[in-house]
Amino acid sequence: MKNYTYYPGCSIQTSSKHYEESLLPVLKEMGVELEEMEDWNCCGATASLSVDETASATINARNLSIAEKSGKDILAPCAACYLSLKKANQFLKEESEKSTALVEELKKNGIEYTGKVRIKHPLEVLSQEIGLDALKDKVQRKLTGLNVASYYGCQVVRPYLEFDDPDYPHSMDDLMSALGATPVDYGAKTRCCGGSLTANLEEPGARLNYILLKEAQRKEADVIVTLCPLCHFNLETTQKKIAKKYNQDFNIPILFFSQLMGLALGIPKKKLGFSRSLIPLKAMWEKLENGGTNE
Amino acid sequence: MKFQENVKFEEDLDKDFLEEIKDRSGCEEIDRCIQCGTCSSSCPMSVYMDYTPRKIMYMIKNGFKEETLHSFTPWLCASCYSCQVRCPVQIKITDVMYALKRMAIEEKAYPSRFSIPIMDKEMHKILTENGRSSELWLMLKLYLKTRNLGGMIKMAPLGLSLMKTGRMGLKKESIKNKKQLRSLLKSVKEGTK
Repeated sequence: MKNYTYYPGCSIQTSSKHYEESLLPVLKEMGVELEEMEDWNCCGATASLSVDETASATINARNLSIAEKSGKDILAPCAACYLSLKKANQFLKEESEKSTALVEELKKNGIEYTGKVRIKHPLEVLSQEIGLDALKDKVQRKLTGLNVASYYGCQVVRPYLEFDDPDYPHSMDDLMSALGATPVDYGAKTRCCGGSLTANLEEPGARLNYILLKEAQRKEADVIVTLCPLCHFNLETTQKKIAKKYNQDFNIPILFFSQLMGLALGIPKKKLGFSRSLIPLKAMWEKLENGGTNE
Repeated sequence: MKFQENVKFEEDLDKDFLEEIKDRSGCEEIDRCIQCGTCSSSCPMSVYMDYTPRKIMYMIKNGFKEETLHSFTPWLCASCYSCQVRCPVQIKITDVMYALKRMAIEEKAYPSRFSIPIMDKEMHKILTENGRSSELWLMLKLYLKTRNLGGMIKMAPLGLSLMKTGRMGLKKESIKNKKQLRSLLKSVKEGTK
């Protein structure tokens, strides 16, 4: 049994509820036990790091210290949380003049952290620790014929390069294969969606996501799966703007990888948050029913 | 006719800028830059920047402090780390952009009407005050601060469909121990000054 301190992050409890709804039963099914971090605070994402370095490290140190007390490593499903925690962790452990002073000051204020916690993403746990063979054994409903573009985005694979390739990772593609789906060779898999810029800057936002959607369409993907709330949000919500601007109606469903996993593991469809999709899923269901051919 | 110098004289450059930047986290290796341009060509946002990342590196090394801190470039960095993992001399370019953003805020040189620094500052404020971020409140605050009523109206249909699918919370999220977090931040800030 694998045990982790679960760090949900802010997005997963609002705009990406279907990530958590599908991820928790999937991890349970695969034998991963989670306990939610007691009174966790926001990681600050890219905002705090842009404004105040000490504050950014402090808020993350508070979370790391709570996890250290529990004696378990952190599981963080959001890419921004994952990287913020990892970055702060590295800083607090580097023993530079600045970080030593901060660790001391935190200690004076009741936040003790000795650097023992590791931060993991669910994709890492599923592909490295649980493994594809264990997953294949549990598959009840093969996703035969479904063409899936796996989109990794940036912050899980870069800059730490810990469990996959920074430019052309494959762990999520391998998971999709294990479920019986067909991974498409998706060249834009680690090209940026614009992150938090996309919601505010219409022009670059639409352009960056247009590139991602266009490439998925070119490779005949039926769906794009993501591992990050913000990537998911951007790819899904820019489609209407893009349809107007570039005169191209993609209508490609954007799902979390855990939703497709849950489906293959035989978890009831209704419990996996599919109804929260803003893009119609009809074509996908039809394709799955017909085992890959849309008649 | 108004005369304007289009070239900066050497004596007007800020010679300490490079050392100042090198003192910041992640910026230690900046003078290794060989101007190869791998960062600019890897950057998905460089086509929109006033100075490409390669130019920024050059400007830092050569004392163009004012231009660098007033530039939009750091604020257009989406933090994708493509440049950073590809840099052949291992400069942590994304971290340099973060350092520039913080420095620009400290010296009040950032483009203050641009929505990105406003968003970052507002989000940081919300999450340090409450311990959690709330997407809806952040967006509303941002539209108010940038006086962007048009943007708010444009976003309304999306807001509605998010609400219909249960993906937009109206609640202002917060942690239980807000007070502890606030005093922790204050005290650590003073203690590390």
